Amino acid sequence: MTQASAAAVPKEPPATSDLVDVRLVLWHFTAGMVFLAVAILAGFLFSLQFIQRYPVAGIELFSPGRWRMVHTNGVAYGFLANVFLGALYWAVPRLTLRPVYSRRLSWFIFFAWQAVVLATAVGLVLGHAQALEWGETPVYVDPVALLGLMLVAVNFLAPIFQTSGPMYVSLWYFIAAFIWTVLVYAMGNFLPQYFVGGAAAGAIGGLFIHDLVGLFVTPLGWGLMYYFVPIILKKPMWSHGLSLVGFWGLAFFYPLTGIHHFLYSPIPLFLQHGAVITTIAIEFVVTTVIINFFGTLAGRGDTLRTNLPIRWFYTGMVFYFVTCLQCSFQTTLTFQKIIHFTDWVVGHAHLVMLGVFGFWLLGIILYLWPRLVGSNAWYSDVLNSWHYWLTMLGTLIMFLDLLVAGLIQGYLWRDLSPWEDSLRASMPFWLVRTFSGVMITVGQFMFFWNCYKSWRLGAPAGAPRREPSRGSMAPATA
Amino acid sequence: MFESRSGVFLIAGLGFFGLSFLVMAVLPWAIYYKEPEQTVEQLAARGIIPEFVDLAERYPEQFKQYFGAPTYATYVEALRLGHQVYVAEACWHCHSQFIRPVSNEDLRWGPVSHALEYQNELQRPVLFGTRRVGPDLSREAGRRSNDWHVAHFWQPTSVVPSSVMPPYRWFFDGQGYPNKRGLAVITYVQFLGSWLKEYPYFHGEGPLGPLPAPTPADAPIARGATSGETDSVDAPIVGAATAGVLP
Ligand code: HEC
Ligand code: HEM
Repeated sequence: MTQASAAAVPKEPPATSDLVDVRLVLWHFTAGMVFLAVAILAGFLFSLQFIQRYPVAGIELFSPGRWRMVHTNGVAYGFLANVFLGALYWAVPRLTLRPVYSRRLSWFIFFAWQAVVLATAVGLVLGHAQALEWGETPVYVDPVALLGLMLVAVNFLAPIFQTSGPMYVSLWYFIAAFIWTVLVYAMGNFLPQYFVGGAAAGAIGGLFIHDLVGLFVTPLGWGLMYYFVPIILKKPMWSHGLSLVGFWGLAFFYPLTGIHHFLYSPIPLFLQHGAVITTIAIEFVVTTVIINFFGTLAGRGDTLRTNLPIRWFYTGMVFYFVTCLQCSFQTTLTFQKIIHFTDWVVGHAHLVMLGVFGFWLLGIILYLWPRLVGSNAWYSDVLNSWHYWLTMLGTLIMFLDLLVAGLIQGYLWRDLSPWEDSLRASMPFWLVRTFSGVMITVGQFMFFWNCYKSWRLGAPAGAPRREPSRGSMAPATA
Repeated sequence: MFESRSGVFLIAGLGFFGLSFLVMAVLPWAIYYKEPEQTVEQLAARGIIPEFVDLAERYPEQFKQYFGAPTYATYVEALRLGHQVYVAEACWHCHSQFIRPVSNEDLRWGPVSHALEYQNELQRPVLFGTRRVGPDLSREAGRRSNDWHVAHFWQPTSVVPSSVMPPYRWFFDGQGYPNKRGLAVITYVQFLGSWLKEYPYFHGEGPLGPLPAPTPADAPIARGATSGETDSVDAPIVGAATAGVLP
């Protein structure tokens, strides 16, 4: 904790059990993992299409394109959003020493959000998609989802604004994220559908995809890192000044980069140039954040070995640095000539969504789960270790594999080789992608199993507890 | 200010978002808002594509059952439905619809995309796409025959052995003839790019390409089949080739 939040702590802090509804956290995590399972299986299924081994070909409800949308939307709205919410229900009351606005509302949001995600998935499979990347949510779900996001904002902003005095860094990110998410969702889903057409709508679409990552996922992710890392390491962030630079730099530059998704498109060129410059600027901001976190880690490097959540977090941060570095190159018009539209971008997307934010959230679940289910330790540390290594190596392999595939595709296209040549050349890479996908999938299911067994360990109240495995890497003290 | 609730809320939350919205969304809109957005009816009024008429001739029973006759009204209906299917099946996640001025894309597919090509109802929301698993489709009109598309949608590997495009059996009726969705989606892909002055465009040999235009004798079979046959049948109503919006 920094001085800032320490100063806000009154003499007698209320017991956290009065502030946090642990069941809510648990349920959000569980829902998140269920959707992660669905989304990953959908991704795996779709990847089989690329190696001409789609098992359920020719069946309308298994149309590969529709399942691709289930994959991406499931990941974003089912997995990321749910686990974020769970972690926020844990963190925000602790940071403000106040409960969220309303417990009833929280449960309402929980069920409403699961309904939104389910309706989205079902709608997509039935063919009701909207032609907006990551906004494929059928048009009839959009207003409900927007309402849900507004309620989320109210629920969490209330305790934040009820308190006074200095705010800890995480809260800056959270405040901004709640407002941004609502605005971004409204902009991306309604403007291009109902109000703006053509190339201008393309600009909005680019802004939307990017803002969803940059203004919803990123600030929540970093906010949680600023919360969990110092707590687990039991030391404050290295530099408050760098925290400030990181937040304000991100807030300023991130939204200005949307158009970099459509370079060389019919969107006016000067806007494309602007987006390239702001994208490169972000890399500098990101570097300051990374320095701050590694400065915090300095002297406690051993925790990378001994503490699994910290290992997930910092692996994610290394990947974050890599993606952002990659970003500042791939956004240049030179790189764009070759890599745009290729698998390079898909590799990038997996590194960001899974390798960074997915890893952070998995680390958070890993840290909190034993506390939530009352087992106080994991059923198996071995499984957790496997989970880490399978997921980490799987992600890395997928990323590198798609990177190379992307370059090959880009050059073959530029060479004017027949399209089939690029398909044939990509096939081995797509095979490797599927295998790396198997690694990731198996890793996750080991984790789910471990979660289930740990829950069983803690579940029977009063019943004699089984001895949990020794030397748990997730420290059980809060 | 930088660490206060109102500072974060107003400056970062609302202010910076507003700024980006102005620059990244309002500005492009302000540049194009005077260009009228055409409805499908207006697009159709430029002329029915020959392939639509060809479909009516090739699959008379099916066409009659699902659409009736190849009129402007049914053409509009087919385009709308085709577009809807294209979105629902996420074709746009595997196919882009914009030709960039780099990487020889104009040689491969045809003229570089122009902003005005997107000012119409069928590009709402715009279908630029972000991934090319398959080729760009914005210059697809007339490049392949209807027969090719029928075979391709039924089983892509039957015409392109290394294809990873999914088969779309539900575009066909019980006897293997295209159903309403099949006819519509073929109409839609055959429409893409038909607004250009000259199409189809085969890489390296299109009318604007580096090689001299092919004579009818050495034109590819697929192309001969469509343009040769249909030109004579429905010359009166086919205006697309000459009424393009673009130079
Ligand atoms: C999994 C990705 C994928 C999806 C989804 C997909 N396609 Fe394709 N498509 C391809 C690939 C790869 C090719 C190139 C090989 C071939 O011609 O089959 C292709 C080729 C094509 C072609 C031929 C282009 C040419 O002239 O060579 C057309 C037309 C086409 N697709 C239309 C569609 C439509 C319409 C849909 C949606 C109903 C669709 N595709 C969905 C991957 C896909
Ligand atoms: C089993 C592991 C996975 C496999 C096999 C897999 C496979 C795929 C495939 C085949 C695509 C479509 C790519 C294309 O259109 O060319 C895709 C897209 C995507 N996946 Fe995954 N995926 C997996 C896990 C994940 C996870 C866990 C996440 C996020 C946490 C994720 C996020 C995404 C995103 C964001 C895209 C969109 C990429 C883009 O359009 O650029 N995937 N995935």
